[in-house]
Amino acid sequence: MYVLTVATLVGIYMILTLGLNTITGLAGQISLGHAAFFGVGAYTLALLTVTGGWPFWPALAAAVVAAGAFGALIGALAIRVRADFLAIATMGVNFVTVSVFLYVPLFGGALGIGGIPGPSLGGVEFGKPSFFGLTAAAVALALGLNLWLGRSWAGLAWLAIRDDEDAAGASAVDVRKFKILAFTLGTALAGLAGGLYASYLTFISASDFGFPMSITLLCMLVLGGIGTNRGALVGAAILGTAPEVFRFLADYRFLTYGGLLVLLMRFSPAGLLGDESRLWQWACRRLGRSGAPAAA
Amino acid sequence: MLAQQLVNGLTVGSLYALMALGLTMVYGVLRMLHIAHAAVFTLGAYAGLAAFRATGSFWLALAAAMAAAVFGGLAMERLVYWPLLPKPPIATLIASIGLFIGLEELFRIVAGPQPYSFDVPVRLAELRLGPATVTAPQALVILVTAVLLAGLWLFLVRTRLGLALRAVSQDRDVAAACAMNVRTVVSLNFALGSALAGAAGMLVGIYYNSVYPTMGDVTAYKGLAIIVLGGLGSIPGTVLGGLLVGVAETLLIGLVEVPFPRDAWAFLAMIVVFLFRPQGLLGR
Repeated sequence: MYVLTVATLVGIYMILTLGLNTITGLAGQISLGHAAFFGVGAYTLALLTVTGGWPFWPALAAAVVAAGAFGALIGALAIRVRADFLAIATMGVNFVTVSVFLYVPLFGGALGIGGIPGPSLGGVEFGKPSFFGLTAAAVALALGLNLWLGRSWAGLAWLAIRDDEDAAGASAVDVRKFKILAFTLGTALAGLAGGLYASYLTFISASDFGFPMSITLLCMLVLGGIGTNRGALVGAAILGTAPEVFRFLADYRFLTYGGLLVLLMRFSPAGLLGDESRLWQWACRRLGRSGAPAAA
Repeated sequence: MLAQQLVNGLTVGSLYALMALGLTMVYGVLRMLHIAHAAVFTLGAYAGLAAFRATGSFWLALAAAMAAAVFGGLAMERLVYWPLLPKPPIATLIASIGLFIGLEELFRIVAGPQPYSFDVPVRLAELRLGPATVTAPQALVILVTAVLLAGLWLFLVRTRLGLALRAVSQDRDVAAACAMNVRTVVSLNFALGSALAGAAGMLVGIYYNSVYPTMGDVTAYKGLAIIVLGGLGSIPGTVLGGLLVGVAETLLIGLVEVPFPRDAWAFLAMIVVFLFRPQGLLGR
């Protein structure tokens, strides 16, 4: 049971890092506020099911839509400011969002929202194993979406924007449209993760969605290898299970994260499995493949 | 009431300005966001407290706070930022965040999570300005800030090094082509910015009578909002931004009953500025 709980949470982290990878890894838009969208999804589902009496499934869909819409709004902000500014702006969005959750009575204030119902299908309520199945399906959906996008025109446009925004614009790539698209899709996935999270834990409070969560997500993505789906999955799996595996590190968690980020950036900015990381290039050579496609 | 809030706001604002100046200066020469500046600020507070407990002298403690901050800031520049300069900006940004969260945890492990009180007996008389009272700690904060800012200003406009610093922040490559030692100027810049942050950390510790590991949090994020408000890289803009944020949030909290936390206002203001004036209030 305990293993299932960890696995479900890791699945939720994977959906989050896959979404963040679309925004930061592919389109190159630094987001330090991904947890805000996670929170919007979670609070949407919680409010609709607990206060509004909605069933789980439409509330989950609403969570995805709400987070995606909020993301589109922030994406519109992103077309006005350059990379450094965007990082601060998204961080600010995270702080303001958490403050709203904390101070507006509708969102339950510091106590949060409890008693969130789980999903049911045909009158049967989901137990832990079936919820894990649902999460796994959602991860597969998110991965499928990312793979499909990576091969599409949008994926190509994002890489062009990431590498050189001006050159992309000069080559008739609609930079504004694709930036907003990246934010919308990436944050919609965060909304999906938020809905699942709220329903799984049955209780949420504002502190779950603060700036430290955004940093943890970014840390996962960077550790795995930013810009790749495999990196997003592996990073989420490693840091998602790390607190369980390394219990003795519990007190030093952020010291470890911080040290890890600095050392990775200093010595291996491509992370463990990024396209330019030593491990991945070694694996490619062993398997007789030349450089892997960027979105593999 | 209004006058008193204004005095309180100006005090807090001058602390913000002092803290945010280092961020602006580093952005000016390296075009990077130095999130770990907040860790330098906290380091200054702890060093100042330790020196004050050992010697009992405010001025020695201030010197120790600034010296420790300079050491910390230079170490970051040497070991992390300079080697990362050729890499894409996201690499320095992430490394900087990593430094900040790692160091904050380190402060907690070394000094413990509990807040320490920082009780400095100030031998300054209370100042009465009409309806407003400037308390002794407020007078101390404003005085020290004013002296440090005046010193910085004189340095920047009156000395050759100050000129070099301004030149490098305008264009690093052209400055290098004019035979300026960019490396030295960047280090000097880190040293100055860190010294100001160290002083700010100690003054914040005294003003709120408390020093604790996460005291840099709010300051770090708000400092970023302030330098954006003022126009990234603009030194007068940062001072103006700091004072504005300090006064505005004190007035909003004191006079209007809005159920919204003090610390979110700066970000809200920043997001509005982004939408209507992305280059900041005094940016070019």
